[in-house]
Amino acid sequence: MTIQLSRRGFLKSVSAMSGTALVIGFDTGNALAGDDGAAEFTPLVRIAADGRVTALIKHFECGQGAATGLATLIAEELSLALDQVEVEFAPADASKYANLLFGIQGTGGSTAMANSYMQYRQAGAAARDMLAAAAAEAWGVPASSVTLADGQLKAAGNTAAMGDFVVSASALDVPVNPRLKDPSEFMVIGNPNTRRRDNGPKTDGTAVYAMDLHLENQIVAVVLRSPRFGGTLTSFDDSSAGDVHGFIRAVALPTGTGVLVYGQNTWAALQAREAISAEWDFSQADNRGSDQIKADLLAAVNADAEFDAKGNALETSALLENSAQVIERDFFFPYLAHATMEPLTCTISPTESGVMLHDGCQMPTAAQMALAAVLQIPQENVEVTTLYAGGTFGRRSTQNADYHVEAALAFALNGGQQPVKLVWSREDDIRSGYYRPAMAHKVRIGLDEDGRIVGWDHRVSGKPIFKGGPWDAFIVQNGVDSSSVEGVHDTPYDIPGQYVGLTDGKSPISVNWWRSVGHSHTAYVMETMMDIAAAAAGRDPVDYRMEYLSGGTTDQMRMAGVLQLAAEKSGWNESIAKGGNRGVAVHKSFGTFVAEVVEISGDAEDGIVIEKVTCAVDCGVPVNPDVIAAQMESGIGYGIGHVMRNEITFTDGEVDQFNFPDYEPLRISDIRSIETHIVPSTEAPTGVGEPSTPPSGPALANAIAVAGPRVTHLPMTANGVSFA
Amino acid sequence: MLSSININGQTRSVDVPEGMPLLWVIRDELELTGTKFGCGVASCGACTVHVDGEPTRSCVTYVEDVEGAEITTIEGVASEVASAVNQAWNELNVVQCGYCQSGQIMSAIGLLSENRNPSVKDIDDYMWGNACRCATYQRIRAAVQRASQILEA
Repeated sequence: MTIQLSRRGFLKSVSAMSGTALVIGFDTGNALAGDDGAAEFTPLVRIAADGRVTALIKHFECGQGAATGLATLIAEELSLALDQVEVEFAPADASKYANLLFGIQGTGGSTAMANSYMQYRQAGAAARDMLAAAAAEAWGVPASSVTLADGQLKAAGNTAAMGDFVVSASALDVPVNPRLKDPSEFMVIGNPNTRRRDNGPKTDGTAVYAMDLHLENQIVAVVLRSPRFGGTLTSFDDSSAGDVHGFIRAVALPTGTGVLVYGQNTWAALQAREAISAEWDFSQADNRGSDQIKADLLAAVNADAEFDAKGNALETSALLENSAQVIERDFFFPYLAHATMEPLTCTISPTESGVMLHDGCQMPTAAQMALAAVLQIPQENVEVTTLYAGGTFGRRSTQNADYHVEAALAFALNGGQQPVKLVWSREDDIRSGYYRPAMAHKVRIGLDEDGRIVGWDHRVSGKPIFKGGPWDAFIVQNGVDSSSVEGVHDTPYDIPGQYVGLTDGKSPISVNWWRSVGHSHTAYVMETMMDIAAAAAGRDPVDYRMEYLSGGTTDQMRMAGVLQLAAEKSGWNESIAKGGNRGVAVHKSFGTFVAEVVEISGDAEDGIVIEKVTCAVDCGVPVNPDVIAAQMESGIGYGIGHVMRNEITFTDGEVDQFNFPDYEPLRISDIRSIETHIVPSTEAPTGVGEPSTPPSGPALANAIAVAGPRVTHLPMTANGVSFA
Repeated sequence: MLSSININGQTRSVDVPEGMPLLWVIRDELELTGTKFGCGVASCGACTVHVDGEPTRSCVTYVEDVEGAEITTIEGVASEVASAVNQAWNELNVVQCGYCQSGQIMSAIGLLSENRNPSVKDIDDYMWGNACRCATYQRIRAAVQRASQILEA
């Protein structure tokens, strides 16, 4: 997913007094451009008279470390230790807190640091310059002589706490171009020994997630949904639910998608739902089983494509015909659930002018729009309290704001006077869609006598994620939803004669972005095919890849850099213990380059052990090295766990899985160790939440294929591979 | 059904139906929300509490089964082992989304209370049932070892 919007009106800055605090931010000027003089104020940092510094975090914290990262930027420019900066989630207001790459307020696509890096540094730097100017004036010294360290302003024998000058600094003009620290001066950015700002509340049980909310007079709603996607409710019977202690009532959703069940508490609502039976009309549903779904997608990639994403099918076909050797494989990727640790939930409570949404809110603007539309109130009357989110992997944001709409209906259909908390169970989460779409690929590669690639025919099929949705205009071109082919048609490899064709899959099964979006399947195909081609050419997999990264572009150099580093650190060219094998993969996604070497022991029949993953990442300036390492570990675990054994399958249109026992998460014993190496860089920082996921699966597959089966249909455990 | 529960050193009285999982009593009735709902079927460990010191999945434990027992949640845990675990978790930046971590910590305290010097295999075996979708496992493993080191020092 690549969304590039202009950074409109970014640098015009204003300040204001907010009580006795100095608050610095920027006029984003986007929504109100042309509204002469009505500068909107964007508080990003607040310094109180007692010296307390608070970073206002415009992104949500789902574990990826955004709160720590943005606080780091403020700490750096104010020369504070990271633990001297408090974090507070910003309210929902796109005119002030838009993601500069989206144009609305929201988190996704690994953009939190990328779009905030300059903005938060400038806010911190402006505050520093203003405090120094105020001190200089009071002391009668040049501003340039005032230093700020550890919250103390000093010059010519004078010393004062930062807070002492908050009031006088607030009266000064905000510098338009505050001096940013030179990277050589960085103390906090790049420091590997910083601690996350959310360690405390997340280790003593005090962190508040949306699931934890208990408002006075609050009730709980759950939804009985159609067991098949596309089914419509025809009737329901709640006569047995009356026996459930705490059951309030059941109401059909006006959308026809299910029955709302209200209870005094979560257990009551869940128990009552169990007691309710419903009848559905499945005439518009997807009534297929998994075998049929898979067969349909594989048939699509073995036929002419609906859309051309790159190149020309006939030209590539001619290149293959004239090649010395053609290698071909087909691939299948199952539907996958996100399975966030905290099941979906949010609460809506009434306010004087509208409502308050309490949510681990990934896209506040989209949630505001959804609630405003359902409740028929102005968007600005929908406030949002952002709470910690227990994971997302993409799930807390859907293009139709699915769970926010359900919550709004639950609130409205209860009369709109009482807080209503919508709760999804784990079963709802596993069985109710918004999956990573099932995808098929077919690749045919022509090689010359020396094993060099002369043509690459690549066909993809699966349900598009963005087509027909609100981002369609940004993502879909000439019929091609780029999220279906990203990582293939825009690969940094110099691949001659590449054709990429796409055929949309059609089904009411709802799909969504899932950690790394299209890269979650395209990297697997690209990187296993590179290995297959290298083997056919009799070449080393690393050397072979390097040959296609030698064109001298920046992308190729950075991709080659991580590949080289991972190879070196993993001992790629050194021998491995008997029975062990290594596999490699490298991929660019979200502007970040990641290479991984997976080392395994054992075999596919008796059980493979994943001994070690060596990861090299180039994400530009490494702002929080330990957060980067943690995200690499996280993305690798997420990627490997799913390729090992996860799939959502169907029988007559119904999901076969229910809960973790049959959608088995990665466990502590599955990967013995992960080691991350970060490439030093002065490039602008890019994201780290997703990019380690794409190469993890193919690196594992390539390790297995050295002495075992070449797995091209996932998950591995359903296709001939067992794990110890 | 009126039940009394001994939790975090206090006796609390609740009026809940028989068969209500301890998890929901703790979260919805007593509003101690550090104990998390993750799966409801004892497959993820997010709901782990101590019942008479023993890590227990509260989502499949029922009010009527714990009458007279001492229940401890993340909010009430306090011991030399608990503080070593907390210190180690902070030093190693274990948490990400953090939603599973109360359960992880309650299990880790259980492990180190039984075995102050666990091997990697001991850790993997004991902690296997605590799922973390952010895959913080390698840090959990290292933090248990670090806590062991703190306790042995």
